[in-house]
Amino acid sequence: MFDKANNLSVRNFMKSLGKFIIFIGQLFVRRESFKTYAVRTVDESIKVGYNSVFIVVIVSAFMGAVTTVQTAYNLISPLIADPIIALVVRDMTLLELAPTITAIVYAGKVGSNIAGELGTMKITEQVDALEVMGINATSYLVLPKIIGSVLMFPILVILAGFVSIYGGYLTALVTGVISGTDYILGIQMTFIPFAVTFALIKAVVFGFLVAAISSYKGYFTTGGALEVGQSSTNAVTSSCIAILAADYLLAYLLAPLLTP
Amino acid sequence: MITVNNISKSFDDKQVLFNINLEFEPGKSNMIIGASGTGKSVLLKCIVGLIKPDEGTVEFNGRSFANASKELQTEVRREMGMLFQGGALFDSLTVEQNVMFPLNVLTKQSEEEKLERVNFCLERVGLENVNRKMPSEISGGMKKRVGIARAIVTKPNYLFCDEPNSGLDPQTSIKIDNLIQDITQEYGITTVVVSHDMNSVLEMGDIVNFMHEGKILWTGPSSEIGDSDVQELNDFVFAGRLMKMVKGV
Repeated sequence: MFDKANNLSVRNFMKSLGKFIIFIGQLFVRRESFKTYAVRTVDESIKVGYNSVFIVVIVSAFMGAVTTVQTAYNLISPLIADPIIALVVRDMTLLELAPTITAIVYAGKVGSNIAGELGTMKITEQVDALEVMGINATSYLVLPKIIGSVLMFPILVILAGFVSIYGGYLTALVTGVISGTDYILGIQMTFIPFAVTFALIKAVVFGFLVAAISSYKGYFTTGGALEVGQSSTNAVTSSCIAILAADYLLAYLLAPLLTP
Repeated sequence: MITVNNISKSFDDKQVLFNINLEFEPGKSNMIIGASGTGKSVLLKCIVGLIKPDEGTVEFNGRSFANASKELQTEVRREMGMLFQGGALFDSLTVEQNVMFPLNVLTKQSEEEKLERVNFCLERVGLENVNRKMPSEISGGMKKRVGIARAIVTKPNYLFCDEPNSGLDPQTSIKIDNLIQDITQEYGITTVVVSHDMNSVLEMGDIVNFMHEGKILWTGPSSEIGDSDVQELNDFVFAGRLMKMVKGV
């Protein structure tokens, strides 16, 4: 009984994966002019990038503040120098919090928006209208979203990293858990430049996953308003799972390269 | 001329279309009528290539379409205009941008030429001073007219209309029907209209094809629709009290 149910879920997963790969493949056939994509990509970049700055700044600032306070309270020991607190905040921010937590927030904001938009277009026949005009609707609608997301999400991660570390610094000054001088000293200690590259690789992968999965969920919406809502929810859930799985895989592959 | 040869279509175990054979002549309003759920919209979607039929072919002036390569399908589709049931206007674009959209993507005209064509089409469907409005700011009848303007902006050879007057009041319905009829004759377009509205059939149908349970049961001019001896067609045509009164039954 369990095996049968297990086989069925594996089969469904493989079926969805195959459909997703075909969907991605369709983005690159029967393309429109470069100018059409350029204009749409700029629009989408503004939508997914610029419009996410506010929420990313708020989340990152608090993320840095909380990490500094928590780390400080957990490392109260005469054997541990105060700058270590800032070092921990920096590494946590660069390697995990800035790319991954921002990606989860990004999936909630941008992913649900993409799935809702495409789902609504699908059920109101706007996608059919594009197809009847001889336009590859998949490519026209989805490719600029993915390119925009892959371009803009790394910028959001850089911003998140900066704001988070700066937020930690301000918290250190306001609460006095460590001094400003120790914080500045700590964030420069044993710095490995590859950590930034690592964060940016994660950002590119997460940016792609959120846009592609959300577009896929939205594009295959059928039914009405209820199903559009379900597609948005599924898009966020699937994106978050994919982000966490990719995070583990990238950590496994790239962490050995984090040597001074 | 559009020729439909032996089109069949099933969804899972349910067969929706059974060996449909039809010819749609240019310069005429060819209507596909029938009760809800008989497969009219599925047939229309098979003709325009939104649904792939299980069997059969569709030819546009001799060019086989249903099983053609994506490139040929794109070429034929660029000669099509389609009015969808709900208008299918792009929510994020203004009326002007909606009508200009096919020109932006499919042609290399200058901005002035495109604007001139858009204004001409909007005037042709009786809409003025709505260029800057969003689809959410206009009425259902206006949306349909914007949809028609968008469908004819690229000067198509084929015009497809899916329930063009559903959800409209009788007066607006007649205006939309007349508009489609006028455009068809004026530009010599091959027009295919799916409808279940008898007023539309009488208003604009040159050739009428009656569908019942996935089969074409009757084809003929709209003037002869009341004289048919097909029971299903008579049941459909004379279902309303008004039509019963006209026939005296």
